[in-house]
Amino acid sequence: MSLVDLTMLELSAELASRTVSSVEATKGCLARIGAVDGKVKAFLHVDEKGALSQAEASDARRKAGKCRGPLDGVPLGLKDNFLTDGVPTTCGSKVLQGFLPPYDGTVVRRLKDAGLPLVGKLNQDEFAMGSSTESSAFFPTHNPWDLSRTPGGSSGGSAAAVAAGEVYGALGTDTGGSIRQPAALTNLVGLKPTYGRVSRYGVIAFASSLDQVGPLTRTVKDAAALLQTIAGHDKKDATSAARSVPDYLAEIDGGVKGMKLGLPREYFVKGMDPEIEAAVRAAAATYEKLGAEVVEVSLPHTPYALATYYLIAPAEASSNLARYDGVRFGHRASGAAGLKEMYALSREQGFGAEVKRRIMLGTYALSSGYYDAYYLKAQKVRTLIREDFSRAFQRVDALISATSPVTAFKLGEKVDDPLAMYLVDVLTLPCNLAGLPGVSVPCGFSGAGLPMGLQILGQPFDEARLLRIARAYEREHPFHQKRAAL
Amino acid sequence: MTLSLDDVRKVARLARLSLSPAEEAQVQKQLSAILESVALLKQLDTTHVLPTSHALFGETPLREDEVQPSLPADKALGNAPARSGTSFAVPKILE
Repeated sequence: MSLVDLTMLELSAELASRTVSSVEATKGCLARIGAVDGKVKAFLHVDEKGALSQAEASDARRKAGKCRGPLDGVPLGLKDNFLTDGVPTTCGSKVLQGFLPPYDGTVVRRLKDAGLPLVGKLNQDEFAMGSSTESSAFFPTHNPWDLSRTPGGSSGGSAAAVAAGEVYGALGTDTGGSIRQPAALTNLVGLKPTYGRVSRYGVIAFASSLDQVGPLTRTVKDAAALLQTIAGHDKKDATSAARSVPDYLAEIDGGVKGMKLGLPREYFVKGMDPEIEAAVRAAAATYEKLGAEVVEVSLPHTPYALATYYLIAPAEASSNLARYDGVRFGHRASGAAGLKEMYALSREQGFGAEVKRRIMLGTYALSSGYYDAYYLKAQKVRTLIREDFSRAFQRVDALISATSPVTAFKLGEKVDDPLAMYLVDVLTLPCNLAGLPGVSVPCGFSGAGLPMGLQILGQPFDEARLLRIARAYEREHPFHQKRAAL
Repeated sequence: MTLSLDDVRKVARLARLSLSPAEEAQVQKQLSAILESVALLKQLDTTHVLPTSHALFGETPLREDEVQPSLPADKALGNAPARSGTSFAVPKILE
């Protein structure tokens, strides 16, 4: 096993025993990026100098007996929507090409304080709007398991980089499944924490009532360790919760004996890949074998979640993206006759087709005469979806389902059909509407050798239990040990 | 729900997007299809349902209103497409 195949916590142990240095691990990542990223295309920017200087500082701390914790020295990648002081940040958009953030966001600050060298910025769908990285203004990312296929999205660069062994772990953001779906398509663990668990200060906003930051890693324990590093209240984010952060690793191996898990019948959707359905049913049987009780539950408003999401998210996005007007930062069109024309031309030139489509949809849903019929209606249905979950959690500890109804699809396959692309998120987005935590864990491979993911959804702030449930499955079925051959 | 080209132009104006004629036609087609699919929500009676505008679970106290250092002007203006002294410069709005 080579250095880049280690998990974050395995590397942490190697660093602690001084068999390897952070500089060696970081150089290993850079060498791997040099070797495979021409094919995978996960990175938008590699910060070689910054990462190596952070790694040197980490090694010096360790030598001086001042190690900052378990992840000190473990190289990480960041989706390109995290603001990084002085390091290019585009959010996958031409409108931010050349943008150099003047400060670090809170999560980036916490990672630096914990000593993790930050290797670079990872490709994504433009403004995180998409499920395949194909809406990136720069290039699509390729799935390390099959280079002709998408790694999923929007955090597809983060997923591909970890699956390809270019970094030990990465952060993504999840508005409707953008961490969990790419994790499922690349044989990784992807965690979307509870709304409010992780600060979004310095994370470029897409849909503010839905966005949340979380890890993509090779194992459940790595996800727990990374969540531990980034979770917690932040005075700079008014939506972050002032609630203590438990030790996510303390009881992670505690098993599922005596737990009650729900299988939502509406999550076996029409058009679902039969191999994925079989894998989910087999996972339910595994949990029963491990001592959990599995019962069927109903989330009756699930069929309305997609429509609800595709009104609320674009409405919030149309408002959040108003700031890209060519005045203070980002692209400014030249030759405009006046201020209004400068706004319109800058936005027209800076945004790609999917972003424009969603801005238009959101603006329409919020416009006078249509607000009640679309936006307000969607907010009311959102209440019904939330109540479905509350009722289910009176009966069960957590819910299990597939993460994505399909395995990785071919690049180009859905790019001209927005509605088909939106359907990919049908099992992940209800959780964002309700603000709940969710995790995807590797659940085997299709006949074609493509990864499948099992989704576990939990109650607010119940990440520790979700990770424990995911870990029980991973221990029984160590699919994560299989690596993409590149 | 079918949008007219006039509807599309009105929304584009509100969104400050200057769409090309080809884009207008494409957006008209795609938005109409999306609006048709979201019309599904009309099936639900929500007369007595309160709207959910966020997904918070409480515990989000406001911070004290204390004076904090802010970004120095040069740093804040570092990405300005055009600047004039310590201000962002924009095209003239008055003749």
